[in-house]
Amino acid sequence: MTNSNLLPVPEQEPLFLLDDLWKSRFDGKNRVNVLEGVSASVEAGRIVTVVGPSGSGKSTLMLLLNRLEEPDSGRITYLGRDLREWNVLDLRRQVGMVFQQPVMLSGSVRENVLYGPRLVGEERDSDPEALLGRVGLDPSLADRDARELSGGQQQRVALARVLANYPAVLLLDEPTSALDENASRMIEELVVGLQREKGLTCIWVTHDLSQALRLDGETWVFDSGRLVESGSTMEVLSQPRHPAAREYLKSRLERGEAR
Amino acid sequence: MSITALLLTLVFIGLTILLSLWQRLGLERDLLIGTVRAALQLTLVGYVLLVVFELREWPFIVLMVMVMILVAAQNAARRGSRIPGVFWRVLAAITVTEVMAMLVMLGLDIIPPTPQYVIPISGMVVGNAMVVAGLLLNRLQSEMEASRQQIMVALSLGATARQAVLPVLRKTVRAGTIPIIDNLKTVGLVQLPGMMTGLIIAGVSPEVAVRWQLLIMFSLTAVSAICAIVLAFLTYPALFTAAHQLRTDALSRSG
Repeated sequence: MTNSNLLPVPEQEPLFLLDDLWKSRFDGKNRVNVLEGVSASVEAGRIVTVVGPSGSGKSTLMLLLNRLEEPDSGRITYLGRDLREWNVLDLRRQVGMVFQQPVMLSGSVRENVLYGPRLVGEERDSDPEALLGRVGLDPSLADRDARELSGGQQQRVALARVLANYPAVLLLDEPTSALDENASRMIEELVVGLQREKGLTCIWVTHDLSQALRLDGETWVFDSGRLVESGSTMEVLSQPRHPAAREYLKSRLERGEAR
Repeated sequence: MSITALLLTLVFIGLTILLSLWQRLGLERDLLIGTVRAALQLTLVGYVLLVVFELREWPFIVLMVMVMILVAAQNAARRGSRIPGVFWRVLAAITVTEVMAMLVMLGLDIIPPTPQYVIPISGMVVGNAMVVAGLLLNRLQSEMEASRQQIMVALSLGATARQAVLPVLRKTVRAGTIPIIDNLKTVGLVQLPGMMTGLIIAGVSPEVAVRWQLLIMFSLTAVSAICAIVLAFLTYPALFTAAHQLRTDALSRSG
Protein backbone atom coordinates (compact mmCIF):
# COMPACT_ATOMS: atom_id res chain seq x y z
CA MET A 1 0.00 0.00 0.00
CA THR A 2 1.21 3.50 -0.74
CA ASN A 3 1.57 6.03 1.97
CA SER A 4 -1.28 8.52 1.48
CA ASN A 5 0.84 11.41 2.73
CA LEU A 6 3.14 11.13 -0.25
CA LEU A 7 2.17 12.33 -3.69
CA PRO A 8 2.47 9.51 -6.17
CA VAL A 9 5.64 10.00 -8.17
CA PRO A 10 4.65 9.94 -11.85
CA GLU A 11 6.81 7.32 -13.40
CA GLN A 12 8.46 8.62 -16.55
CA GLU A 13 6.99 6.58 -19.35
CA PRO A 14 9.49 5.72 -22.08
CA LEU A 15 8.87 7.29 -25.47
CA PHE A 16 9.52 4.05 -27.30
CA LEU A 17 9.20 0.60 -25.85
CA LEU A 18 10.48 -2.28 -27.98
CA ASP A 19 9.31 -5.67 -26.88
CA ASP A 20 10.85 -8.86 -28.30
CA LEU A 21 11.05 -7.80 -31.96
CA TRP A 22 11.68 -10.47 -34.57
CA LYS A 23 12.04 -9.88 -38.25
CA SER A 24 13.18 -12.09 -41.10
CA ARG A 25 13.73 -11.49 -44.77
CA PHE A 26 14.13 -13.52 -47.92
CA ASP A 27 17.74 -13.36 -48.92
CA GLY A 28 17.62 -14.92 -52.37
CA LYS A 29 16.29 -18.32 -51.35
CA ASN A 30 16.71 -18.52 -47.61
CA ARG A 31 14.76 -16.81 -44.91
CA VAL A 32 17.26 -15.13 -42.61
CA ASN A 33 16.60 -13.44 -39.31
CA VAL A 34 17.46 -9.77 -39.34
CA LEU A 35 16.23 -9.09 -35.83
CA GLU A 36 16.18 -11.72 -33.09
CA GLY A 37 14.25 -10.77 -30.02
CA VAL A 38 15.19 -7.11 -29.64
CA SER A 39 13.84 -5.41 -26.51
CA ALA A 40 14.75 -1.89 -25.44
CA SER A 41 13.36 1.45 -24.40
CA VAL A 42 14.08 5.04 -25.35
CA GLU A 43 13.47 7.94 -22.99
CA ALA A 44 12.16 11.18 -24.44
CA GLY A 45 14.80 13.78 -25.28
CA ARG A 46 17.71 11.33 -25.46
CA ILE A 47 20.19 10.62 -28.22
CA VAL A 48 20.68 6.93 -28.78
CA THR A 49 23.48 5.89 -31.11
CA VAL A 50 23.11 2.46 -32.66
CA VAL A 51 26.32 0.70 -33.69
CA GLY A 52 27.24 -2.76 -34.94
CA PRO A 53 28.50 -4.60 -38.03
CA SER A 54 26.76 -4.17 -41.40
CA GLY A 55 23.74 -6.39 -41.67
CA SER A 56 23.24 -6.63 -37.93
CA GLY A 57 19.69 -5.28 -38.18
CA LYS A 58 20.19 -1.60 -37.37
CA SER A 59 18.56 -0.20 -40.50
CA THR A 60 15.70 -2.67 -40.25
CA LEU A 61 15.04 -1.48 -36.71
CA MET A 62 14.77 2.11 -37.98
CA LEU A 63 12.20 1.04 -40.57
CA LEU A 64 10.14 -0.63 -37.85
CA LEU A 65 10.10 2.46 -35.63
CA ASN A 66 8.13 4.57 -38.09
CA ARG A 67 6.26 1.55 -39.42
CA LEU A 68 7.72 1.62 -42.91
CA GLU A 69 7.98 -2.10 -42.19
CA GLU A 70 6.24 -4.48 -39.85
CA PRO A 71 7.97 -6.84 -37.37
CA ASP A 72 7.15 -10.55 -37.77
CA SER A 73 6.43 -10.67 -34.07
CA GLY A 74 6.90 -8.47 -31.03
CA ARG A 75 5.51 -5.08 -30.22
CA ILE A 76 6.57 -1.45 -30.35
CA THR A 77 4.78 1.15 -28.30
CA TYR A 78 5.16 4.87 -28.85
CA LEU A 79 3.93 7.12 -26.03
CA GLY A 80 2.34 4.10 -24.42
CA ARG A 81 0.30 3.11 -27.45
CA ASP A 82 0.97 0.24 -29.81
CA LEU A 83 2.33 1.53 -33.12
CA ARG A 84 -0.48 -0.26 -34.91
CA GLU A 85 -3.03 1.82 -33.02
CA TRP A 86 -1.56 5.08 -34.32
CA ASN A 87 -2.68 6.61 -37.57
CA VAL A 88 0.37 5.57 -39.54
CA LEU A 89 0.55 8.84 -41.48
CA ASP A 90 0.53 10.90 -38.27
CA LEU A 91 3.06 8.56 -36.72
CA ARG A 92 5.50 9.00 -39.60
CA ARG A 93 5.22 12.76 -39.34
CA GLN A 94 6.02 12.58 -35.63
CA VAL A 95 8.80 10.03 -36.05
CA GLY A 96 10.82 11.54 -38.89
CA MET A 97 13.46 9.64 -40.79
CA VAL A 98 16.71 10.69 -42.45
CA PHE A 99 18.05 8.02 -44.77
CA GLN A 100 21.64 7.14 -45.50
CA GLN A 101 21.40 8.35 -49.10
CA PRO A 102 19.99 11.85 -49.36
CA VAL A 103 17.21 11.14 -51.86
CA MET A 104 15.77 14.26 -53.39
CA LEU A 105 12.19 14.25 -54.64
CA SER A 106 11.70 15.88 -58.03
CA GLY A 107 11.45 19.63 -58.07
CA SER A 108 13.15 22.53 -56.33
CA VAL A 109 14.69 22.62 -52.88
CA ARG A 110 11.62 24.54 -51.70
CA GLU A 111 9.27 21.87 -53.04
CA ASN A 112 11.30 19.23 -51.24
CA VAL A 113 11.14 21.09 -47.94
CA LEU A 114 7.42 21.74 -48.36
CA TYR A 115 6.60 18.14 -49.29
CA GLY A 116 5.48 17.07 -45.83
CA PRO A 117 3.49 20.22 -44.95
CA ARG A 118 1.76 20.12 -48.36
CA LEU A 119 0.47 16.63 -47.70
CA VAL A 120 -1.65 17.99 -44.87
CA GLY A 121 -2.33 21.42 -46.39
CA GLU A 122 -0.07 23.28 -43.97
CA GLU A 123 2.36 24.80 -46.42
CA ARG A 124 1.26 28.33 -45.53
CA ASP A 125 2.52 27.85 -42.00
CA SER A 126 5.93 26.71 -43.18
CA ASP A 127 8.88 28.88 -43.86
CA PRO A 128 11.22 26.91 -46.12
CA GLU A 129 13.84 29.66 -46.16
CA ALA A 130 14.02 29.69 -42.36
CA LEU A 131 14.32 25.90 -42.30
CA LEU A 132 17.14 26.03 -44.84
CA GLY A 133 18.87 28.61 -42.70
CA ARG A 134 18.51 26.38 -39.68
CA VAL A 135 20.28 23.49 -41.40
CA GLY A 136 23.06 25.86 -42.47
CA LEU A 137 22.03 26.27 -46.11
CA ASP A 138 21.83 29.58 -47.91
CA PRO A 139 18.10 30.36 -48.28
CA SER A 140 18.80 31.51 -51.83
CA LEU A 141 19.17 27.84 -52.74
CA ALA A 142 15.39 27.41 -52.32
CA ASP A 143 14.61 27.75 -56.00
CA ARG A 144 17.41 25.53 -57.26
CA ASP A 145 16.67 22.05 -58.58
CA ALA A 146 17.26 19.84 -55.53
CA ARG A 147 19.03 17.18 -57.60
CA GLU A 148 21.71 19.63 -58.67
CA LEU A 149 23.02 20.17 -55.13
CA SER A 150 26.07 18.45 -53.66
CA GLY A 151 25.66 15.38 -51.45
CA GLY A 152 26.29 17.37 -48.29
CA GLN A 153 23.76 20.02 -49.28
CA GLN A 154 21.22 17.37 -50.22
CA GLN A 155 21.55 15.67 -46.84
CA ARG A 156 20.87 19.02 -45.18
CA VAL A 157 17.83 19.53 -47.43
CA ALA A 158 16.69 16.06 -46.38
CA LEU A 159 17.03 17.09 -42.75
CA ALA A 160 15.15 20.37 -43.34
CA ARG A 161 12.43 18.39 -45.14
CA VAL A 162 11.95 16.15 -42.12
CA LEU A 163 12.06 19.10 -39.70
CA ALA A 164 9.29 20.82 -41.68
CA ASN A 165 6.96 18.16 -40.25
CA TYR A 166 7.87 19.21 -36.67
CA PRO A 167 8.82 15.69 -35.60
CA ALA A 168 9.21 14.66 -31.97
CA VAL A 169 11.67 11.93 -32.89
CA LEU A 170 14.38 11.77 -35.52
CA LEU A 171 15.55 8.43 -36.87
CA LEU A 172 18.90 8.88 -38.58
CA ASP A 173 20.26 5.96 -40.58
CA GLU A 174 23.94 6.75 -41.08
CA PRO A 175 23.10 10.20 -42.40
CA THR A 176 26.73 11.30 -42.58
CA SER A 177 28.40 8.19 -43.99
CA ALA A 178 28.52 9.68 -47.49
CA LEU A 179 29.65 13.10 -46.33
CA ASP A 180 33.05 14.62 -45.68
CA GLU A 181 34.26 15.52 -42.20
CA ASN A 182 33.03 19.13 -42.28
CA ALA A 183 29.56 18.32 -43.55
CA SER A 184 29.27 15.50 -40.99
CA ARG A 185 30.20 17.75 -38.09
CA MET A 186 27.72 20.34 -39.25
CA ILE A 187 24.87 17.81 -39.25
CA GLU A 188 25.94 16.49 -35.84
CA GLU A 189 25.99 19.95 -34.28
CA LEU A 190 22.66 20.76 -35.81
CA VAL A 191 20.95 17.65 -34.49
CA VAL A 192 22.51 17.97 -31.04
CA GLY A 193 21.35 21.58 -30.99
CA LEU A 194 17.80 20.55 -31.82
CA GLN A 195 17.90 17.87 -29.16
CA ARG A 196 19.04 20.36 -26.50
CA GLU A 197 16.74 23.22 -27.52
CA LYS A 198 13.61 21.41 -28.59
CA GLY A 199 13.93 18.18 -26.66
CA LEU A 200 14.01 16.20 -29.89
CA THR A 201 14.64 12.49 -29.34
CA CYS A 202 17.21 11.00 -31.73
CA ILE A 203 18.02 7.45 -32.69
CA TRP A 204 21.14 7.58 -34.78
CA VAL A 205 22.72 4.63 -36.59
CA THR A 206 26.42 5.14 -37.15
CA HIS A 207 29.61 3.27 -38.01
CA ASP A 208 31.74 6.06 -36.69
CA LEU A 209 32.56 5.48 -33.01
CA SER A 210 34.07 8.92 -32.57
CA GLN A 211 30.78 10.30 -33.82
CA ALA A 212 28.96 8.25 -31.19
CA LEU A 213 31.29 9.69 -28.56
CA ARG A 214 30.69 13.25 -29.74
CA LEU A 215 26.92 12.73 -29.66
CA ASP A 216 27.44 11.38 -26.15
CA GLY A 217 24.15 9.85 -25.13
CA GLU A 218 23.19 6.26 -24.95
CA THR A 219 24.63 3.54 -27.20
CA TRP A 220 23.19 0.24 -28.38
CA VAL A 221 25.45 -2.40 -29.89
CA PHE A 222 23.87 -4.80 -32.39
CA ASP A 223 25.30 -8.11 -33.51
CA SER A 224 23.56 -10.54 -35.90
CA GLY A 225 20.12 -9.15 -35.17
CA ARG A 226 20.56 -9.03 -31.40
CA LEU A 227 20.92 -6.05 -29.14
CA VAL A 228 23.97 -7.30 -27.23
CA GLU A 229 24.85 -4.25 -25.18
CA SER A 230 23.36 -0.95 -24.17
CA GLY A 231 24.21 1.83 -21.74
CA SER A 232 25.75 5.26 -21.71
CA THR A 233 27.99 5.79 -24.73
CA MET A 234 31.10 6.34 -22.60
CA GLU A 235 30.48 3.17 -20.61
CA VAL A 236 29.64 0.96 -23.59
CA LEU A 237 32.58 2.11 -25.69
CA SER A 238 35.18 1.98 -22.92
CA GLN A 239 34.09 -1.13 -21.07
CA PRO A 240 32.01 -3.40 -23.29
CA ARG A 241 30.95 -6.55 -21.45
CA HIS A 242 29.54 -8.70 -24.24
CA PRO A 243 32.20 -10.54 -26.30
CA ALA A 244 30.56 -9.63 -29.64
CA ALA A 245 30.45 -5.97 -28.64
CA ARG A 246 34.07 -6.13 -27.54
CA GLU A 247 35.12 -7.68 -30.82
CA TYR A 248 33.19 -5.18 -32.93
CA LEU A 249 34.57 -2.19 -31.04
CA LYS A 250 38.09 -3.58 -31.26
CA SER A 251 37.81 -4.04 -35.03
CA ARG A 252 36.45 -0.52 -35.47
CA LEU A 253 39.23 0.97 -33.35
CA GLU A 254 41.92 -0.91 -35.27
CA ARG A 255 40.47 0.32 -38.52
CA GLY A 256 40.40 3.83 -37.07
CA GLU A 257 44.09 3.67 -36.13
CA ALA A 258 45.09 2.35 -39.51
CA ARG A 259 43.44 5.30 -41.21
CA MET B 1 -6.60 -16.02 -103.32
CA SER B 2 -6.52 -19.62 -104.44
CA ILE B 3 -5.46 -22.54 -102.22
CA THR B 4 -2.42 -23.00 -104.49
CA ALA B 5 -1.41 -19.40 -103.91
CA LEU B 6 -1.95 -19.86 -100.18
CA LEU B 7 0.27 -22.94 -100.12
CA LEU B 8 2.91 -21.05 -102.07
CA THR B 9 3.14 -18.50 -99.26
CA LEU B 10 4.86 -21.27 -97.32
CA VAL B 11 7.88 -20.40 -99.47
CA PHE B 12 8.44 -17.53 -97.04
CA ILE B 13 8.54 -19.90 -94.07
CA GLY B 14 10.82 -22.29 -95.99
CA LEU B 15 13.13 -19.41 -96.74
CA THR B 16 13.26 -18.42 -93.08
CA ILE B 17 14.02 -22.00 -92.06
CA LEU B 18 16.85 -22.17 -94.58
CA LEU B 19 18.24 -18.89 -93.28
CA SER B 20 17.97 -20.17 -89.72
CA LEU B 21 19.80 -23.41 -90.61
CA TRP B 22 22.46 -21.57 -92.55
CA GLN B 23 23.14 -19.00 -89.83
CA ARG B 24 22.54 -21.53 -87.01
CA LEU B 25 19.91 -19.32 -85.41
CA GLY B 26 18.14 -22.35 -83.93
CA LEU B 27 14.73 -20.95 -84.81
CA GLU B 28 13.42 -23.93 -86.83
CA ARG B 29 11.43 -25.55 -84.06
CA ASP B 30 9.71 -22.36 -82.97
CA LEU B 31 9.11 -21.42 -86.58
CA LEU B 32 7.37 -24.71 -87.33
CA ILE B 33 5.25 -24.54 -84.19
CA GLY B 34 4.39 -20.91 -84.90
CA THR B 35 3.46 -21.59 -88.51
CA VAL B 36 1.22 -24.54 -87.66
CA ARG B 37 -0.43 -22.66 -84.80
CA ALA B 38 -1.04 -19.55 -86.87
CA ALA B 39 -2.57 -21.56 -89.70
CA LEU B 40 -4.78 -23.63 -87.39
CA GLN B 41 -5.87 -20.76 -85.15
CA LEU B 42 -6.74 -18.45 -88.03
CA THR B 43 -8.57 -21.15 -89.99
CA LEU B 44 -10.54 -22.05 -86.90
CA VAL B 45 -11.37 -18.41 -86.17
CA GLY B 46 -12.38 -18.00 -89.81
CA TYR B 47 -14.98 -20.73 -89.42
CA VAL B 48 -16.15 -19.43 -86.05
CA LEU B 49 -16.58 -15.97 -87.56
CA LEU B 50 -18.52 -17.47 -90.43
CA VAL B 51 -20.94 -19.05 -87.98
CA VAL B 52 -21.24 -15.96 -85.77
CA PHE B 53 -21.80 -13.69 -88.78
CA GLU B 54 -24.55 -16.03 -90.00
CA LEU B 55 -26.27 -16.24 -86.64
CA ARG B 56 -26.19 -12.49 -85.93
CA GLU B 57 -27.04 -13.25 -82.30
CA TRP B 58 -25.75 -10.92 -79.56
CA PRO B 59 -24.87 -13.65 -77.06
CA PHE B 60 -22.42 -15.15 -79.54
CA ILE B 61 -20.78 -11.82 -80.23
CA VAL B 62 -20.42 -11.14 -76.53
CA LEU B 63 -19.09 -14.63 -75.90
CA MET B 64 -16.49 -14.24 -78.60
CA VAL B 65 -15.35 -10.88 -77.30
CA MET B 66 -15.14 -12.36 -73.80
CA VAL B 67 -12.89 -15.14 -75.05
CA MET B 68 -10.65 -12.55 -76.69
CA ILE B 69 -10.45 -10.58 -73.44
CA LEU B 70 -9.67 -13.70 -71.39
CA VAL B 71 -6.84 -14.79 -73.65
CA ALA B 72 -5.47 -11.24 -73.84
CA ALA B 73 -5.59 -10.81 -70.06
CA GLN B 74 -3.83 -14.09 -69.44
CA ASN B 75 -1.14 -13.20 -71.92
CA ALA B 76 -0.53 -9.71 -70.54
CA ALA B 77 -0.67 -10.84 -66.90
CA ARG B 78 2.47 -12.94 -67.45
CA ARG B 79 4.46 -9.71 -67.47
CA GLY B 80 3.59 -9.08 -63.85
CA SER B 81 3.48 -12.53 -62.35
CA ARG B 82 4.85 -11.31 -59.01
CA ILE B 83 2.01 -8.91 -58.45
CA PRO B 84 -0.77 -10.55 -56.43
CA GLY B 85 -4.03 -10.93 -58.36
CA VAL B 86 -2.49 -9.45 -61.48
CA PHE B 87 -4.70 -11.50 -63.83
CA TRP B 88 -7.91 -10.06 -62.37
CA ARG B 89 -6.56 -6.55 -62.51
CA VAL B 90 -5.56 -6.91 -66.17
CA LEU B 91 -8.87 -8.59 -66.97
CA ALA B 92 -10.76 -5.70 -65.40
CA ALA B 93 -8.64 -3.09 -67.18
CA ILE B 94 -9.05 -4.68 -70.62
CA THR B 95 -12.78 -5.22 -70.06
CA VAL B 96 -13.33 -1.59 -69.02
CA THR B 97 -11.35 -0.46 -72.06
CA GLU B 98 -13.33 -2.63 -74.50
CA VAL B 99 -16.68 -1.64 -72.98
CA MET B 100 -15.85 2.06 -73.19
CA ALA B 101 -14.61 1.77 -76.77
CA MET B 102 -17.76 -0.08 -77.83
CA LEU B 103 -20.05 2.30 -75.95
CA VAL B 104 -18.62 5.21 -77.93
CA MET B 105 -18.53 3.46 -81.30
CA LEU B 106 -21.97 1.88 -81.06
CA GLY B 107 -23.53 4.65 -78.98
CA LEU B 108 -22.55 7.37 -81.45
CA ASP B 109 -23.44 5.07 -84.32
CA ILE B 110 -19.92 5.23 -85.73
CA ILE B 111 -20.08 1.53 -86.55
CA PRO B 112 -23.19 -0.58 -87.12
CA PRO B 113 -24.02 -3.13 -84.40
CA THR B 114 -23.31 -6.16 -86.56
CA PRO B 115 -20.75 -8.90 -85.96
CA GLN B 116 -18.75 -7.99 -89.09
CA TYR B 117 -17.90 -4.67 -87.44
CA VAL B 118 -18.03 -5.40 -83.73
CA ILE B 119 -15.81 -8.48 -83.70
CA PRO B 120 -12.84 -7.35 -85.80
CA ILE B 121 -12.79 -3.92 -84.20
CA SER B 122 -13.07 -5.46 -80.73
CA GLY B 123 -10.15 -7.67 -81.71
CA MET B 124 -8.05 -4.64 -82.49
CA VAL B 125 -9.13 -2.86 -79.31
CA VAL B 126 -8.48 -5.88 -77.09
CA GLY B 127 -5.21 -6.73 -78.84
CA ASN B 128 -3.98 -3.19 -78.40
CA ALA B 129 -5.07 -3.10 -74.77
CA MET B 130 -3.16 -6.36 -74.24
CA VAL B 131 0.07 -4.90 -75.59
CA VAL B 132 -0.37 -1.75 -73.53
CA ALA B 133 -1.16 -3.77 -70.39
CA GLY B 134 1.94 -5.94 -70.80
CA LEU B 135 4.10 -2.89 -71.43
CA LEU B 136 2.62 -1.11 -68.44
CA LEU B 137 3.19 -4.00 -66.02
CA ASN B 138 6.79 -4.34 -67.16
CA ARG B 139 7.38 -0.66 -66.87
CA LEU B 140 5.58 -0.30 -63.55
CA GLN B 141 7.81 -2.88 -61.91
CA SER B 142 11.03 -1.39 -63.24
CA GLU B 143 9.96 2.17 -62.41
CA MET B 144 8.94 1.10 -58.90
CA GLU B 145 12.39 -0.32 -58.37
CA ALA B 146 14.13 2.67 -59.86
CA SER B 147 12.08 5.01 -57.68
CA ARG B 148 12.02 2.84 -54.59
CA GLN B 149 14.05 5.25 -52.47
CA GLN B 150 11.90 8.21 -53.50
CA ILE B 151 8.80 6.23 -52.57
CA MET B 152 10.27 5.33 -49.17
CA VAL B 153 11.20 8.96 -48.53
CA ALA B 154 7.71 10.15 -49.49
CA LEU B 155 6.09 7.53 -47.24
CA SER B 156 8.41 8.45 -44.38
CA LEU B 157 7.26 12.07 -44.68
CA GLY B 158 3.66 11.00 -44.19
CA ALA B 159 2.52 10.47 -47.79
CA THR B 160 -0.17 7.88 -48.49
CA ALA B 161 0.73 5.04 -50.81
CA ARG B 162 -1.14 6.81 -53.58
CA GLN B 163 0.62 10.13 -53.03
CA ALA B 164 3.99 8.40 -52.88
CA VAL B 165 3.48 6.38 -56.03
CA LEU B 166 1.76 9.02 -58.17
CA PRO B 167 4.92 10.28 -59.93
CA VAL B 168 5.76 6.67 -60.82
CA LEU B 169 2.25 6.02 -62.14
CA ARG B 170 2.41 9.13 -64.31
CA LYS B 171 5.72 8.07 -65.82
CA THR B 172 4.43 4.56 -66.45
CA VAL B 173 1.18 5.65 -68.07
CA ARG B 174 3.10 8.02 -70.30
CA ALA B 175 5.43 5.23 -71.33
CA GLY B 176 2.44 3.02 -72.13
CA THR B 177 0.76 5.66 -74.30
CA ILE B 178 3.73 7.18 -76.11
CA PRO B 179 4.20 4.39 -78.72
CA ILE B 180 0.73 4.84 -80.18
CA ILE B 181 1.05 8.61 -80.19
CA ASP B 182 4.34 8.27 -82.08
CA ASN B 183 2.51 5.95 -84.41
CA LEU B 184 -0.11 8.64 -85.08
CA LYS B 185 2.64 10.97 -86.23
CA THR B 186 4.31 8.62 -88.70
CA VAL B 187 1.41 6.54 -89.99
CA GLY B 188 1.15 6.55 -93.77
CA LEU B 189 4.67 7.90 -94.14
CA VAL B 190 6.51 4.88 -92.80
CA GLN B 191 4.00 2.11 -93.36
CA LEU B 192 0.47 1.54 -94.52
CA PRO B 193 -1.33 0.10 -91.53
CA GLY B 194 -2.79 -3.40 -91.64
CA MET B 195 -6.45 -2.57 -91.69
CA MET B 196 -6.14 -0.12 -94.55
CA THR B 197 -3.96 -2.51 -96.51
CA GLY B 198 -6.53 -5.26 -96.01
CA LEU B 199 -9.42 -3.10 -97.15
CA ILE B 200 -7.56 -1.92 -100.24
CA ILE B 201 -6.63 -5.48 -101.22
CA ALA B 202 -10.24 -6.50 -100.70
CA GLY B 203 -11.25 -3.89 -103.26
CA VAL B 204 -12.36 -0.97 -101.12
CA SER B 205 -11.36 2.45 -102.41
CA PRO B 206 -8.36 3.99 -100.61
CA GLU B 207 -10.52 6.97 -99.63
CA VAL B 208 -12.88 4.76 -97.61
CA ALA B 209 -10.01 2.62 -96.30
CA VAL B 210 -8.38 5.77 -94.90
CA ARG B 211 -11.55 6.71 -92.99
CA TRP B 212 -11.64 3.32 -91.33
CA GLN B 213 -7.97 3.51 -90.54
CA LEU B 214 -8.40 6.89 -88.88
CA LEU B 215 -11.26 5.56 -86.80
CA ILE B 216 -9.06 2.70 -85.63
CA MET B 217 -6.04 4.84 -84.92
CA PHE B 218 -7.96 7.46 -82.96
CA SER B 219 -9.87 4.88 -80.97
CA LEU B 220 -6.73 2.86 -80.24
CA THR B 221 -5.07 6.01 -78.90
CA ALA B 222 -7.86 6.40 -76.38
CA VAL B 223 -7.78 2.66 -75.73
CA SER B 224 -4.08 2.81 -74.84
CA ALA B 225 -4.56 5.72 -72.49
CA ILE B 226 -7.64 4.23 -70.80
CA CYS B 227 -6.14 0.79 -70.41
CA ALA B 228 -2.86 2.19 -69.06
CA ILE B 229 -4.55 4.48 -66.53
CA VAL B 230 -7.10 1.92 -65.33
CA LEU B 231 -4.48 -0.80 -64.97
CA ALA B 232 -1.99 1.48 -63.22
CA PHE B 233 -4.56 2.54 -60.65
CA LEU B 234 -5.84 -0.99 -60.19
CA THR B 235 -2.33 -2.39 -59.77
CA TYR B 236 -0.52 0.01 -57.46
CA PRO B 237 -2.56 -0.97 -54.34
CA ALA B 238 -1.18 -4.50 -54.70
CA LEU B 239 2.31 -3.10 -54.21
CA PHE B 240 1.50 -1.59 -50.81
CA THR B 241 0.03 -2.83 -47.55
CA ALA B 242 -2.98 -1.25 -45.89
CA ALA B 243 -0.56 0.59 -43.57
CA HIS B 244 1.06 2.37 -46.55
CA GLN B 245 4.13 0.14 -46.57
CA LEU B 246 5.91 -0.84 -49.77
CA ARG B 247 5.50 -4.56 -50.37
CA THR B 248 8.97 -5.58 -51.40
CA ASP B 249 7.88 -9.15 -52.22
CA ALA B 250 5.71 -7.88 -55.09
CA LEU B 251 8.73 -6.40 -56.84
CA SER B 252 11.28 -8.52 -58.60
CA ARG B 253 14.21 -7.53 -56.43
CA SER B 254 14.00 -8.60 -52.79
CA GLY B 255 15.60 -7.02 -49.74
